[in-house]
Amino acid sequence: MLTKKIKTRLSFLISIILITLCFLIFIYFNLKQNILYFKTPSEIFINNQIKENSMIRVGGMVKKDSIRQNNKEIRFILTDYKKELIVVYSGTVPNLFSEEQGAVVEGVLNDKKYLIADRILAKHDENYMPPQMKKILKENAK
Amino acid sequence: MDLFSFGNVIVYVNKLIKFINSIFFVILIIGLSFALIFSPVDYLQGDTVRIMYVHVPSAWIGISIFSLIAISSILNFVFKIKNLFLIVKSLAPIGLLFTCLSIVTGSLWGKPTWGTWWAWDARLTSMFMLMVFYILFIFSFKYFKNKEYLPKILTALSILGIINIPIIKYSVEWWSTLHQPASIKFTGTSSIHSSMLIPLFLMLLALLLYCALIFLMKYKTEIIKIKKQNIKRL
Repeated sequence: MLTKKIKTRLSFLISIILITLCFLIFIYFNLKQNILYFKTPSEIFINNQIKENSMIRVGGMVKKDSIRQNNKEIRFILTDYKKELIVVYSGTVPNLFSEEQGAVVEGVLNDKKYLIADRILAKHDENYMPPQMKKILKENAK
Repeated sequence: MDLFSFGNVIVYVNKLIKFINSIFFVILIIGLSFALIFSPVDYLQGDTVRIMYVHVPSAWIGISIFSLIAISSILNFVFKIKNLFLIVKSLAPIGLLFTCLSIVTGSLWGKPTWGTWWAWDARLTSMFMLMVFYILFIFSFKYFKNKEYLPKILTALSILGIINIPIIKYSVEWWSTLHQPASIKFTGTSSIHSSMLIPLFLMLLALLLYCALIFLMKYKTEIIKIKKQNIKRL
């Protein structure tokens, strides 16, 4: 059976595990807010602690038929299907940025409905399929 | 226990290396040609999706090798099994290689799709932590030669590191991240079309064989090193 040596080693092991767990719980409760990479438009609407004129990252879907473009800036609506946020951005957008696709915008909040973006990142979902397949799915949906 | 003496192990290892050598290139060529030529493009990303065939398997391998070496070094610490120690020592650099590979390919993939090389979101940060743990593992092999301390340090590292593994796995579900959720799940259907799934698993097989090849070579070298030390002592 287990010898004395192994028992001492096991107790050393368990103490390390306990210390690590304590650390982790401590870290988790301190970082809870920072772990989230972005907030959703409705979170911004609800949360009163978010100050205007501060840097913030917001993620959501680009609303259908909402992209307006002129030679200076691009303007679109970011939505989480509950609340909407108007985003203004001047610069190049990533390839995958389009209507009804996810996007993360980084910028300054002007008021709770208006954001001036410094950077736009496109977010894509976990579905991968060939174009023919997508066509079939679209036709089926109609 | 003559079967597991180091002399016998070397014979098996040599046989295995020969066998893997004979099939590795065939499977690699089949996998690569499926991944780069025969598989269809993605409806959204086009040809960029082909990075997945290296990125996803190498991330899986990086994560699973870390779990393996963490569990082995804890077992080695408790029961002092010399063989496990050698396995850990020869597996750690391979895991680091594949973790770095997945981070590099991921950042190459991120630039055209997301529009950035790197973002400090939960998935990417936890993967970065995995790389740091691998580097700490390898450094502790290099700098702590003492037989008393090394297993203790390795155990502490592996306990800290193994907590990171579920965090990597579930980071995309627990928190909002730039990285998309998992396409292939343990249960339920996968959201990758089968014409893309086959090359993915072929590439996984090819990379796993490569891992096994490098591991066996390194393991053999470690055994030979120990044999040499014993000869010197006599």
